[in-house]
Amino acid sequence: MGGQIYSHSLAAIVPEFWKEAPLERPIVEKRIWFLTKDSKVSLSHKNPAFGAPPFNSFTVLRAKFDKWFVQKAVQKGAFYIPETLVEDVIREGKGKIIGVKTGRTQGELFAPVVVAADGVNSLLSKNASLHAEISPQNVALAVKEIIAMPKERIQDLFDLSGDQGLTIEIMGEITRGMVGVGFIYTNLTTVSVGLGCILSDWVNYKISPYDLIEEMKNHPVVKPLLSGGKIREYLAHLIPEGGYNAIPPLYADGLLVVGDAAMMVNGLHQEGSNLAMTSGRLAAETIIEAHKSGDFSAGRLSRYKKLLEESYVMKDLKKYRNSYPYLEGNRQLFTIYPQIINDAATEIIRVDGVPKLVKQAKIISATFKKRNLWGLAKDAFSAWRAFR
Amino acid sequence: MNLEDKLFLDRYVVDEIPHLRIINLDKCAICKKQQCLYTCPAQCYKLEEGRVVVSYEGCLECGTCRIICDEYKNIEWKYPRGGFGICYKYG
Repeated sequence: MGGQIYSHSLAAIVPEFWKEAPLERPIVEKRIWFLTKDSKVSLSHKNPAFGAPPFNSFTVLRAKFDKWFVQKAVQKGAFYIPETLVEDVIREGKGKIIGVKTGRTQGELFAPVVVAADGVNSLLSKNASLHAEISPQNVALAVKEIIAMPKERIQDLFDLSGDQGLTIEIMGEITRGMVGVGFIYTNLTTVSVGLGCILSDWVNYKISPYDLIEEMKNHPVVKPLLSGGKIREYLAHLIPEGGYNAIPPLYADGLLVVGDAAMMVNGLHQEGSNLAMTSGRLAAETIIEAHKSGDFSAGRLSRYKKLLEESYVMKDLKKYRNSYPYLEGNRQLFTIYPQIINDAATEIIRVDGVPKLVKQAKIISATFKKRNLWGLAKDAFSAWRAFR
Repeated sequence: MNLEDKLFLDRYVVDEIPHLRIINLDKCAICKKQQCLYTCPAQCYKLEEGRVVVSYEGCLECGTCRIICDEYKNIEWKYPRGGFGICYKYG
């Protein structure tokens, strides 16, 4: 299930990919919405520079994008075997990994090194005993709909020129207090709409994803943007959001783990595909080096981890290592704060003969009613500690 | 649009071999939360005459059921065989 790919990490693999890849729209604007039951405060940044080479990010539909991407690998000499399920790793005795077992008859494949790039559910790295089952606190469950609309209508509704696109992240009412966000991404002739929340929250709040996505689409602020659209597809996917503290071992004798399989997602910034591409590239560089000596031991492959640590991948994951515990322990960010911001905005904007000084006092006292001074100070301090 | 109609839009190549299996039905009977019934985004788990039953055909292969069944670990979860399962047209 796709969303955005990032120019910086893809161009490092396929230079000037935008000339040939099946992309949807270059993203020139990002909006963040804070919603209550019926109102919103929107924060946005738009820069046309993002809409010209080398670009910043693009929306993609993975069914199309992945077909192109795999062909790029094939052109470089990769042997691609589609419609084949990898079931397990093959070990030499009880030791090093020397290949994989597939679902085909006589489907054993041998290789000096295996790269587990099998996504969030990585049964491969689990079978290789690198980690136990993921905990429900460490993944988000996202559901999404692809909604078709005429190109011009998308441009008008979202104030876009030509093929340029935007993304909207939505905090507040629509997750009913669960830790998570909603999103609207513009594609060329479709819009991707959905929301993702921490899996343990779906369980504890007893909320069904198919109910909540309907509720979101019917929110008075969201609904007008989707009117007249036709649902084309309904999707569900897990996003590994456990962060730095949940990263499994990244290498073993004859094995490397990359991307979602290695928990490489920066949920706060909605980044993941870039971390996956960069980790894949660094795994490849490690393997090329290892080929020179013919040594694929864990010791030699540990270079992969070192390269990751030197890159933005581990640095960013480390920076935000306390962000999930923080968000889980501070649910008021998803409930009380959007309400406070919206109420204040309404009060300031409404012209009703009340003197501004009185309005100001009203806003302050209403804010303190929802969260006292100590609470506000504590939130600010712990946010600084979690995100610095 | 309700969930059944949405799932009808998705394209599946249904395998005759189920890729989801409840390991021990007795455990579901004593499970208090039965969180699979409401968290599965394709509603593959339903109560029939008081018993939890699974229908794998509409599965979106997200992995939710396997991870949330953390008390009894009672769901055997595999991907469908190669060439089968959900085939997203958009993704």
